[in-house]
Amino acid sequence: MARAVTNNRKALNTAIAWTIGLLIFFPILWTILTSFKTEAQAISDPPVFLFFDWTLENYSIVQERSNYMRFLWNSVIIAGGSTLLGVMIAVPAAWSMAFVPSRRTKDILLWMLSTKMLPAVGVLYPIYLICIELGLLDSRIALVVILMLINLPIIVWMLYTYFKEIPGEILEAARMDGASLKEEILYVLTPMAVPGIASTLLLNFILAWNEAFWTLNLTAAKAAPLTAFIASYSSPEGLFYAKLSAASTMAIAPILILGWFSQKQLVRGLTFGAVK
Amino acid sequence: MTLRNALCAATALGLFAGGATAEILTIATVNNGDMIRMQGLTDDFTEKTGHTVEWVTLEENVLRQRVTTDISTNGGAFDIMTIGMYETPIWAANDWLVPLDDLSDEYNADDILPAMRGGLSLDGTLYAAPFYGESSMVMYRTDLMEAAGMEMPDAPTWEFIGEAARAMTDKENEIYGICLRGKAGWGENAAFLTAMSNSFGARIVDENWVPQYDSEAWSNTLNFYIDLMNDAGPPGASTNGFNENLSLFQQGKCGMWIDATVAASFVTNPNDSTVADKVGFALAPDNGLGKRSNWLWAWALAIPAGTQKEAAAKEFIEWATGTGYIELVAENEGWANVPPGARTSLYENANYKDVPFAQMTLDSILSADPNNPTVDPVPYIGVQFAAIPEWAGMGSEIGQEFSAALAGQQTADEALEKAQAIATDVMESAGY
Repeated sequence: MARAVTNNRKALNTAIAWTIGLLIFFPILWTILTSFKTEAQAISDPPVFLFFDWTLENYSIVQERSNYMRFLWNSVIIAGGSTLLGVMIAVPAAWSMAFVPSRRTKDILLWMLSTKMLPAVGVLYPIYLICIELGLLDSRIALVVILMLINLPIIVWMLYTYFKEIPGEILEAARMDGASLKEEILYVLTPMAVPGIASTLLLNFILAWNEAFWTLNLTAAKAAPLTAFIASYSSPEGLFYAKLSAASTMAIAPILILGWFSQKQLVRGLTFGAVK
Repeated sequence: MTLRNALCAATALGLFAGGATAEILTIATVNNGDMIRMQGLTDDFTEKTGHTVEWVTLEENVLRQRVTTDISTNGGAFDIMTIGMYETPIWAANDWLVPLDDLSDEYNADDILPAMRGGLSLDGTLYAAPFYGESSMVMYRTDLMEAAGMEMPDAPTWEFIGEAARAMTDKENEIYGICLRGKAGWGENAAFLTAMSNSFGARIVDENWVPQYDSEAWSNTLNFYIDLMNDAGPPGASTNGFNENLSLFQQGKCGMWIDATVAASFVTNPNDSTVADKVGFALAPDNGLGKRSNWLWAWALAIPAGTQKEAAAKEFIEWATGTGYIELVAENEGWANVPPGARTSLYENANYKDVPFAQMTLDSILSADPNNPTVDPVPYIGVQFAAIPEWAGMGSEIGQEFSAALAGQQTADEALEKAQAIATDVMESAGY
């Protein structure tokens, strides 16, 4: 009897989880479905869900109008570059905070996080002027550095949390065996924190991929990533929802596929150390 | 030949070659049908001049922020910017734009519609060339009007619009007599209501820059609008902008819609509209005070003062806003798709006269005067806005109060009281 209750409960939990999952995924699903409709079907009331004449016309128009591959390549470089650079800086920073803490470590961590509280538009003009002076307007380098700086507090915080879960005695043992600081971080700490580092990489890659303020404001024709690609299909005067949906689907497809294949790693990393 | 002479010769040749080199122009623009059509026809410009074009297409509000940041910092990211009637006089006064007073005779700048030219000039000098222009007008369902036993005059009054809207409304069948903008924003409900208030004798400020939202004329405007929308408007109208109303009209749920003339081509397109063959047009309504409630707007091409490619940019502007481009579009996509509202000669063209909404669009544009927009005199330029830098912020804040009143969160008079306080604060802070 007890087992039956447990099974019922399991089924209920599964149903609840699926419902919540579908609710969260529904806007994305609706966007994908709309991308296969005509503009008239996209705004029809009552809305059509599955039973409509599916068309690839919107994808064809978007492909014809925009150089998708250039936007995609810029997104890969900007999101990938900023994430890798951020992790390279954050690993030693998080190591020192986790294993050699000082009286001010907590304050520094909080201060780092406080930089995220400043509205981005507040520093738009200074950063824009710096980019003009350095000749970095509409360049991928500027965006790699800026997005790295924006996401660095989150990367450091995440890695710090993961590193804190690793017993310091293991690192001490490595030191006693004669490992240098570099060897300790590279060959002892990093392999043990791989799930945490992987999920940090993934999460920050997604954040950088979706970042739309700086990528829209600091680019023009050359360095514009997929956020600018989507923005070019949004219009307050004219109903282009189906084309906008096709552009959005093309923009989120790579990150959706990446997330799908790495979800196990992501969940493992995010729950790392949650249960001792 | 000495080495020095050889170097001089090489430099001279290089400079000569450089002068003849084709440029790559970066153009910032908005995403709408006419602009996208132009992008598709750019090969014609490249063939004629050798210059190529890189487009940066953005949503209107994003574009506005993006180009403002660039031009105010002399960033040089763009060689040509698509701007509107609001920005042009303000940016020209700041010396941010290259004057377009030396365009070729072939371009025939005198052919630009006077209202457009006036709104895109400062002290008589043109600073942005109109690509297309628009006003606002009444689009109505001929079948519903007939069923209501009424006949739409070419130039209706607000009283007639109110009567017709209530007569056409059938809420049980989701037919709403009138659809108007309710979404907050200086380019949304604040634009519509400011244009509407002109016909009620209201104004944003008086000749001494003193805000006038506490006037009886404004109270009449806002109370009329809210009463009409409550009686004959669609539910949730306080979040409806151009696209939402377009969608409602195309699905046959609006009896009348007063909005941009550019919408005429959408609602009469049988591919998208279920009521394409049942649409009539009329001038925006008035109250017999000498001013109608239509606005005036143009998307225009301007050259930022910092560009290194001024000559090539002017060549592009002459190509895109000249009469040759209109013929190019007509040849490729038909006369109904040519950019409207910019040139007088278009409305004298026999082919264009067959387009059903052409004459009403022209009449609407001609009836708006940005230099003399109100019944009583005002110190600003602009019909549905005041062309001062503070308007965008102030208009958006005031729009939020109007939107809240339409949503029933406050009365019209409370909204106007707050609008007066907002405007007074802005005017005093800015030193007007």
